Amino acid sequence: MQTRRRWEILVETAIESLIRLCGISAILFVFGIFFFVFREGAGFLFSGFNPREFFTSPEWYPTSQSHVRYGVLALIAGTASVTALAMALAVPFGIGAAIFVSEFCGPRWKETLKITIELLAAIPSVVWGFIGLTVLNPLIMRTFGVPIGLTVLNGGLVLALMSVPIIVSIGEDALKAVPDSYREAALALGVTRWQLVYRVLLPAAKNGLLAAVLLGVGRAVGETMAVLMATGHAVKIPTSVMDSVRTLTATIAAELGEAPVNSEHYQVLFIIGILLFFITFIVNLTADLVVRGIRHR
Amino acid sequence: MKTPLGRSSRSVTKPVIGLILLAALAWGAVACSGSTSNQPEKTVIQNTGSDTMVNLAQAWAEAYAKFAPTVSVEVSGGGSGTGIAALENGTVDIANTSRRVEPQESATAKKNTGKEPREFMVGYDALAVYVSKSNPLDEITLEQLAEIYAEGGKVMKWSQMGVTMPAGADEIIRVSRQSNSGTYAYFREAVLGKGRDFKLGSRDMHGSKDVVELVSKTPGAIGYSGMGYAISEVKMLRVARKAGEPAFAPTVENTLNHTYPVARPLLMYTLGEPAGEVKKYLDWVHSDAGQDIVRTSGYVPLPKAGARQ
Repeated sequence: MQTRRRWEILVETAIESLIRLCGISAILFVFGIFFFVFREGAGFLFSGFNPREFFTSPEWYPTSQSHVRYGVLALIAGTASVTALAMALAVPFGIGAAIFVSEFCGPRWKETLKITIELLAAIPSVVWGFIGLTVLNPLIMRTFGVPIGLTVLNGGLVLALMSVPIIVSIGEDALKAVPDSYREAALALGVTRWQLVYRVLLPAAKNGLLAAVLLGVGRAVGETMAVLMATGHAVKIPTSVMDSVRTLTATIAAELGEAPVNSEHYQVLFIIGILLFFITFIVNLTADLVVRGIRHR
Repeated sequence: MKTPLGRSSRSVTKPVIGLILLAALAWGAVACSGSTSNQPEKTVIQNTGSDTMVNLAQAWAEAYAKFAPTVSVEVSGGGSGTGIAALENGTVDIANTSRRVEPQESATAKKNTGKEPREFMVGYDALAVYVSKSNPLDEITLEQLAEIYAEGGKVMKWSQMGVTMPAGADEIIRVSRQSNSGTYAYFREAVLGKGRDFKLGSRDMHGSKDVVELVSKTPGAIGYSGMGYAISEVKMLRVARKAGEPAFAPTVENTLNHTYPVARPLLMYTLGEPAGEVKKYLDWVHSDAGQDIVRTSGYVPLPKAGARQ
């Protein structure tokens, strides 16, 4: 009996340290990836890199024979426009769906809806890109009479469809976390269901919903394959949603494979990677702080 | 509560582990027999590079497998840049390119591997200018192409070219290639002129086939790609060197007699002088059998005499 207990204690500690290692490894991996990306881009970042041109010039000519220019303003504008449109579409639908799933529908409906929405999240991004290229492209051309359908609108629609599942599932969790006593108290005061949602639940779940939106933004900024196929991949600052654009992620995906290792072009692509890392890091950090805000209340 | 749980989990794990071991053993046995007793030595030739040439290289590899069953040619695409990068790193036997290796790339290869790239011309490709079938335009000059594609070029609408397009399709949708493709580099040099860059805002596709497909689906589009990628939904324009001069269609004859202005050699590079199976393969590519495949793949074979190395 005694030996067995000692054996169990031994196993317990072993498992405990294993789990601790798993937890720490996540941090190690994140820092490892950041270190790698930074190291690959560092050579150029500290010698010859022109931050002013990088951030303010829309001219992206990485392989020019006469005048190489590395301006990513048009790429930043591309990422920002597609993400903004995607959020303008996905946030109302996502939050609306979250409210419906959490407050208005019966248990059977709820299960069906949740499973379907999770299924939506499981569709690979290259399939979404394919839908953008083959279904949305001709549809946009016909509907709006524009010369080409690979536009901000196309990319925004595809990204919206990809971010909605995240917004719905996290938003629904946030609404579920509002204590039932709030609902009971409000109903006891004689509010309608709409007033309950608008005046009680939304303010109470505000932080969780904001976190849901920000995670959706993170998804949209980081998405690569779908936007590469759906936006037309044209270096251009968009003036309307019917313009083709190119995003930061798509540029890396399209060019890294053929840029000679350790060339300037290669290092600039890694600097774009660092930029993306910072953007998503800030978005995720904000989401995290917001969620922690909920817990403290 | 604790014991039954432990027992049940143990009784499940045992057969599972057994099964995995069995599977591993079986796989090991199969793998061993495959590598030792199945065939005599099989030589593998690694062949990477130009996206323009990938269909051609694949066709060669398949035909060569019948000609020399003991040699297997493994073909992959990715672009001329990818092929040359592989050559510089010494990870490929033959690199396919649709542009010449630059002196500095040659120097890098020499530095990394100690051998200098050796060039073999294996055929020609006419770079066709594609427009939609519904476009009334039939011919174009190099100057017009430069005005459409080059940085600072003035032509943005089909009406500026004197072409009437249906409503909504007047804007010229320029379809181009990603910036390190050999086709992109060749078109830049041959059409835009040395040192000139592309106008920003073109749709940069990632493959020769993608260009033609996008043009086929977009009434107002213009694009350039290898003549081997023509499909029935698009039209190839005749190209003239200057306004007033006759325009020529991208055909085999016009490429060989140099009247079609946007044609280029297709090249294969080896590191140093080729030997053994690689040399045999290159000789076969230059033989009549190999050059017939160039023709059937939609490219231009080398002329019968001379030009062979």
